[in-house]
Amino acid sequence: MSSVAREWREIPGRYNLKGTKCENCGSIFFPARDFCPKCRRAGIGKVVPYNVCRTGKVYSFSVIHEAPDCNNAMKPYAVAMVQTDDGVLVSAQLVDVDLDKIEIGMPVRAVLRKLDADGASGVIHYGYKFVPNL
Amino acid sequence: MRDVAIIGVGCTKFGELWNKSFRALGIEAGMKAMEDANLSGSEVDGIFIGNMSAGRFINQQHIDALIADYSGMATHHIPATRVEAGGASGGVAFRQAVMAVASGMNDVVLVGGAEKMTDLDDASINSVMDATADADWEAGMGVTFASLHAMIAQRMIHDGIATREEIASFAVNSHFHGALNPNAQFRKAVPIETVLKSGPVATPLGMFDCAPISDGAASLVLCPLEDAKKYTDSYVKVSAVTQASDTLALAQRPDITSYGATVAAAERAYKQVGITAADISVAEVHDVYTVAGIMALQDLGFYKRGEAGKAVLEGQCQLGGSGVTINTSGGLKARGHPIGATGVAQVAEIVEQLRGSADKRQVENAKYGLAQSSGGMGSAVTVSIMEAI
Repeated sequence: MSSVAREWREIPGRYNLKGTKCENCGSIFFPARDFCPKCRRAGIGKVVPYNVCRTGKVYSFSVIHEAPDCNNAMKPYAVAMVQTDDGVLVSAQLVDVDLDKIEIGMPVRAVLRKLDADGASGVIHYGYKFVPNL
Repeated sequence: MRDVAIIGVGCTKFGELWNKSFRALGIEAGMKAMEDANLSGSEVDGIFIGNMSAGRFINQQHIDALIADYSGMATHHIPATRVEAGGASGGVAFRQAVMAVASGMNDVVLVGGAEKMTDLDDASINSVMDATADADWEAGMGVTFASLHAMIAQRMIHDGIATREEIASFAVNSHFHGALNPNAQFRKAVPIETVLKSGPVATPLGMFDCAPISDGAASLVLCPLEDAKKYTDSYVKVSAVTQASDTLALAQRPDITSYGATVAAAERAYKQVGITAADISVAEVHDVYTVAGIMALQDLGFYKRGEAGKAVLEGQCQLGGSGVTINTSGGLKARGHPIGATGVAQVAEIVEQLRGSADKRQVENAKYGLAQSSGGMGSAVTVSIMEAI
């Protein structure tokens, strides 16, 4: 079980795919980073908020049959690494999809869904998942 | 810097060891290594322990103190250090110990690796494993450790780097050797059909693509090479121990079908010794999933990209095969994977091979042996090269 604050502080990334961009080298970071690992010192003060593109294509995927307890009710469920149209790789669940028809290159878009919850009376976690973009 | 020798090794059996506690396992391995090195115990002036997650597996932190205490070192106030680097905890502990002896800070060092996993339920164990990847942005999104490896496999198949059968054959190779190792968790050879038909975990990977949940411990004794003969006639030289890092999350990399940290650590190690991959006769690689084993063979330079899978499927990496013999211990898949112990046990297997004490698993006339230990998604990798004396 994680704290309320831990979930709350990640809301911009989890709900809206808010990342950052280094204005020095142009690199996009998701999840957000305040320090550019490419420019290092030269990038200090030049890393600014950036909204990652919500559409992209499946770069790789897997259908999970052995899941953590919190996701047991969803088994089997799909996950994917999605390459967004601005080139960022994001790992997330892929939902509202026929598990037998997922393929690399398939167009997808981000949606906001329930991720899991801290038990029956705990905090509900929401975040991005991807669905086919038909 | 001084040259370093390994003068003793000790391993417990790996497996579901219900009757043995964490501390009992750690001490059993340590005592075996001390006996193997002909030490009384008073020679040891430092301890390094690889342990990934006793805090979550058995609710015990401060493993350094526990091991120092139960090994009798605490009464002499010998310094003990616990090292955590995900699945590479044992490999990194070994490297810290080598550095301690090479630098002159220590003369005789005990290296331990231990993990007690089966006191926890399976789902919780998997969540500990998931936390070696990015807990917030992979595991927290429902992306399991197995599924990250599965996505590497899926991409490898898509890009024509390896077929599903070639990836599966890595488990056949590991089980073939595990059958010959009395300390292995699974002492049974399996045909490729068993691997391919095993229940799905994260497609395309099934149960037989995954290393098991294990308890176990392994230990080594190190000293300066010039002192080794004082203790034993049966020792090996540590020729190189290198370490490299990579991003925590797999998605942060431009290429997910190769581990840059393995490539970097291997290049540094070969350069340090003045050899190439072709000089290695026997190697232990981190096959936490079959696909990680195939990737390691390419990243270590044993095979070109796209050729490792074919080689393993053809049996080139089995004892008596035409290539470098891989995972004679049974690897993580068949020997078992008590996480913190694994990197230490890999080095112990290479020592056994190079001094000719590997019994039915013995590779003939091996001069150089290599161990690759990997944490998380190849986010921390050590490559160790040992040389027969």
